Amino acid sequence: MAGFSLRPCGDFRTTYRQDTRIFDTTYIRNAAILGIFAVAMIPFVLDGYYVNLFIQISYFAIAALGLNILVGFTGQISLGHAAFFGFGAFASAWINNTTGIPVLLSIPLAGLMTAAVGMLFGLPAARIKGLYLAIATLAAQFILEDFFARAEWFTGGSYGAAANPINVFGYEIYDDFSFFYVALFFLVVMYLLGTNLMRTRDGRAFVAVRDHYLSAEIMGINLTKYRLMSFAISSFYAGVGGAMYGHYLGFVSAEGFTILLSIQFLGMIIIGGLGSVKGTLMGTVFMVLLPEVMESGVSALSIFEWASSTAVTDGLAYIKEMAIGLAIILFLIFEPDGLAHRWQQIRAYWKLYPFSY
Amino acid sequence: MNFELLFQLLLNGLIVGTLYGVVAMCFVLIYKSTQIVNFAQGEFLLIGAWVCYAFLVEMQMPFWLGFLFTLLFMMAFGVVLQMVVLRPMIGEPIISVIMVTIGLSIFFQAATKWIFGATTATYPQVFETRSVNLLGMQIETAYIMSFVISLFIMAGFYWFFKYSKLGLAMRATAFDQQVAQSLGISVKTVFAMSWAISALVSGVAGIVIGMVNGVSSALSVIGIKVFPAVILGGLDSIVGAIVGGVIIGLLENTAEFVDGQYLHWGNLFSIAPFYVLIIILCIKPYGLFGTKDIERI
Repeated sequence: MAGFSLRPCGDFRTTYRQDTRIFDTTYIRNAAILGIFAVAMIPFVLDGYYVNLFIQISYFAIAALGLNILVGFTGQISLGHAAFFGFGAFASAWINNTTGIPVLLSIPLAGLMTAAVGMLFGLPAARIKGLYLAIATLAAQFILEDFFARAEWFTGGSYGAAANPINVFGYEIYDDFSFFYVALFFLVVMYLLGTNLMRTRDGRAFVAVRDHYLSAEIMGINLTKYRLMSFAISSFYAGVGGAMYGHYLGFVSAEGFTILLSIQFLGMIIIGGLGSVKGTLMGTVFMVLLPEVMESGVSALSIFEWASSTAVTDGLAYIKEMAIGLAIILFLIFEPDGLAHRWQQIRAYWKLYPFSY
Repeated sequence: MNFELLFQLLLNGLIVGTLYGVVAMCFVLIYKSTQIVNFAQGEFLLIGAWVCYAFLVEMQMPFWLGFLFTLLFMMAFGVVLQMVVLRPMIGEPIISVIMVTIGLSIFFQAATKWIFGATTATYPQVFETRSVNLLGMQIETAYIMSFVISLFIMAGFYWFFKYSKLGLAMRATAFDQQVAQSLGISVKTVFAMSWAISALVSGVAGIVIGMVNGVSSALSVIGIKVFPAVILGGLDSIVGAIVGGVIIGLLENTAEFVDGQYLHWGNLFSIAPFYVLIIILCIKPYGLFGTKDIERI
């Protein structure tokens, strides 16, 4: 939203094509490609703990990008994203277990199923917005959670559902090392799709609906259609992310998809920056690493007596939860535009150093 | 058909419903005067109940003194919260405001679990007799007390907004902030006061429910149950909040009855209000008594 370009003076864009480039300069594009290659080296360099963290980041980041398309780009608030994430996980396991469709295909199919469910719960969005929509999606969260616990044919009820590992051309992916590349592949594809979506007519319509829905309607944008479409795309992303989560863990249980996870998704996009694809990734990294950093922080502080007391060690789960809440509040008060904006500022600072005119 | 059970459940629904009504009223109070949707309303109940518990059990105070201190604490808590967290949020988009209160909600929920533990605690016995016989039914004394207190709070609200000077100032601010300010009303004070009153009354509701069911993090669920109630009644109507609360309370217990007697699905009572919520939002988004927004470019 609030981003400013770092192009030098006199560098004007003369065609529309130039204006909608994904990467501002060739240098940035090359850096991004190099970055992907560097990430692909992680399993060779770092140990399993970091590989596991990256896989977590990738499935959460896919789902969070979906939420950002809905909240950040279209301006519709959803408090039920975790339920759609969970639905995707169950749907993929169910498709694979009942029909025998290979997992690699059942993941996008689960995404489509979730998109259908998302559209169903997005129907109120045709009439309501803002706060009312937030409350409607809150209801969707509880209704879907109840459904997970109840629908034994679909989710296995309280026992949960088993999800098979991914199978690529006869090669079964069961360890973190190979799953890492599947996760990276999905992450890159989904993020490219998301970035490109924002350059299309539909993506611009989303932004118009967010910025002023009445004006958008006057300009001929069909509000109902685009709001529903945004819900569908958002749920699709959630479903794909959820399906990956399910097949990674090998087991899906209904307890994991509570309102707290929905709030964490919202926290990711707020901390990263609403309406920023890059920010979504940053926010997810922040949100996944926050509890890990706190845990290692506490163990590093255990040389002090107060940090190794039972109050701290037993309450670590609660302290992590408090940290999530606190991070959301502090970001909203001090950096409402998120990490993406902060990143821009840091870059501008160094680009103009030492004359920050 | 088991009429006795139905009647008992409906009576429960009425009593629980008035409590929902009280909490919904607090929610509406904040929304009306400061335009902030408070997702942390349930945590106010939780904090009120735990603080009172700390005063009564850990400091061994007599009930009236502990209760009084809790009220003072909740008032200060509301004011401080408004000043520190919510005041910077004025003029921010609605998503930020919602997220800040959601952040507060998970923060306080985790904090109370950390400080007071995750297990249910019970207050010392306040009444001599546990239950009384009314029209051939056994009713817990605490239930009757909660009903009386709820009615008392509602009457208090009525008096406050109708006759007291601060109440009039709050109504004026809710109507139009600029006009109120130009007439010499301190909008800042009004904002702080509405949070203080809301926290205080929610705290009382928390103590009352804590006396009946024990104090645990389950109290904050009431904060979620408030949404069906306020949407049903209309988001900016205090009368609507009470009516909505009672209807949701009755509905929950009717759902429990239907579920227990006929359907045997289990858990229907906790999910039924949300189905109702979705239906209302689809057909009548501004609720029974809410004012319909008209938007202009």
